[in-house]
Amino acid sequence: MSDYILETQGLGKAFGGFMAVKDVALKVRPNTVHALIGPNGAGKTTVFNLLTKFMPPTSGHIYFKGKEITQMTPVQVARLGLVRSFQISAVFSGLTVFENLRVALARPLGLSFKFWRSLDSLKSTDARANELIEAVGLTEFRDTRAADLAYGRKRALELATTLALDPELVLLDEPMAGLGQEDIAGISKLIQALKADRTVIMVEHNLSVVADLSDTITVLQRGEILAEGDYASVSSDKRVIEAYLGGDYE
Amino acid sequence: MNQANLSTPVANPRRGSLQRTLLTVALILLACLAPTVLYPTFLMKGLCFALFAMAFNLLIGYVGLLSFGHAAFFGAAAYIVGHALKVWGLPVELALVIATLSSAFLGTIVGWLAIRRQGIYFAMITLALSQVVYFVALQAPQTGGEDGLQAIPRGYLFGLFDLSDSMVLYYVVLAIFLACFFMMQRIVSSPFGEVLRAIRDNEPRAVSLGYQVDHYKLLAFTLSAGLSGLAGALKAIVFQIASLSDVHWHASGEVVLMTLLGGIGTAMGPVVGAFTYAALQNYLAPFGSWVFIIQGVVFVLCVLVFRDGIVGLLGRIRNRIGFN
Repeated sequence: MSDYILETQGLGKAFGGFMAVKDVALKVRPNTVHALIGPNGAGKTTVFNLLTKFMPPTSGHIYFKGKEITQMTPVQVARLGLVRSFQISAVFSGLTVFENLRVALARPLGLSFKFWRSLDSLKSTDARANELIEAVGLTEFRDTRAADLAYGRKRALELATTLALDPELVLLDEPMAGLGQEDIAGISKLIQALKADRTVIMVEHNLSVVADLSDTITVLQRGEILAEGDYASVSSDKRVIEAYLGGDYE
Repeated sequence: MNQANLSTPVANPRRGSLQRTLLTVALILLACLAPTVLYPTFLMKGLCFALFAMAFNLLIGYVGLLSFGHAAFFGAAAYIVGHALKVWGLPVELALVIATLSSAFLGTIVGWLAIRRQGIYFAMITLALSQVVYFVALQAPQTGGEDGLQAIPRGYLFGLFDLSDSMVLYYVVLAIFLACFFMMQRIVSSPFGEVLRAIRDNEPRAVSLGYQVDHYKLLAFTLSAGLSGLAGALKAIVFQIASLSDVHWHASGEVVLMTLLGGIGTAMGPVVGAFTYAALQNYLAPFGSWVFIIQGVVFVLCVLVFRDGIVGLLGRIRNRIGFN
């Protein structure tokens, strides 16, 4: 089990009588980019929500670094170092870029209930916040309200806030959704750089991005794992081609 | 003070804060001189409403929670302060503390139940629980039922200042109001306030960053309820009466309207809204029942024409002048 940073056994989720996800056994190696792909309705986002505990599974187990997290809350797994992003870019729109990062960095300081303290008490996070802002290329927008950022920059900001928590495992829900070509190149570079000291699981529709970035690809169909492997093996798998092009392909 | 709510970035922050300080000093001076021109009781009513609206604004403006039951905290404190002064004969400062803490405690209970739901359901739960408080006030022998608690003695502050003198009481109310105003500014620009704004903007994201959002909401609700209680207690001392209208759901509606009218999520919005509302009530009184119609028209206009309230409207006018 220690070979994998994240492992699931028999993971399942039923909505009423409908099994959105059944018997999924994922094995994610550390310091890799692991992509979840599949046609619409394959259960990618459901798996994602199960892993981050935003939904409780109906069956199965989830292990993070060998420790069972199946019954934990989203807050608990976030504090363990498993942090997610969202499909719709999740930033605090009324806060500036800098304040967005400060909120992410401030929690471990334990000051966040102290309503009588001034914000100066969070000064120790300033340097790290500026560093992260620079890393995603937002330095000139440091004091811009997140609501006023272009979409690609919001995604960059979201990535920076996720990294602020120094997570071991980053889960990205369609990081490229809604982005233009040049933004995709920028975000790809950031994700690539993450691999050095973190693990990334991402759900992504853009197959060229998946091909470029992923070490392992898991293909889901109707809630089950259809195929798994690197891009070359998965893309030549007959069942995968069938799933993407429709059942009556043959 | 609050970067996020400035509609335009200030070119020179130091000059901006100097302007702000000067404006604050000018407003405080104006407030000190006001009772020489205006009726002190009217001003005190405005200050109590302003404190109430400010407390309410902490929830709606900074956490995005619409409570429709804040009259419960306002009214309960009014009764408690009345009872403490009239029946127990406690000194006024102690009575105020007891009333404020009682409302904060009540707020913790109501908040604990209500924050499990969101949006309209949250509003409905707060309304339902405030109705419970209303019926307690109606039935309990201590509250005087339909008559309310009348002729509440104002007493002496610290045994020194005779509060039956309206001018003395005015400066006491003003001092308490200003203390609460600056405390509120600190709350919204504290590490806690920043987390609140983050929750308001995107709750799931705050969860994914590891924040127990319910704890923050509950603390905000408790603070808001406590300050609403202080406002209600002061109002009971000013008018020397605690009545059913203080706990009635109309009062919950009024505070929503005041805050909306002034401008949600701004420092001065609730104050401006409360005084505008109090002025409408006072100066339109000769029109009798037409007051409600006129108020209604004002609020419809407010929602249609300037959604960010009077303060937002003034800010936009200032920006336009500044740019031309």
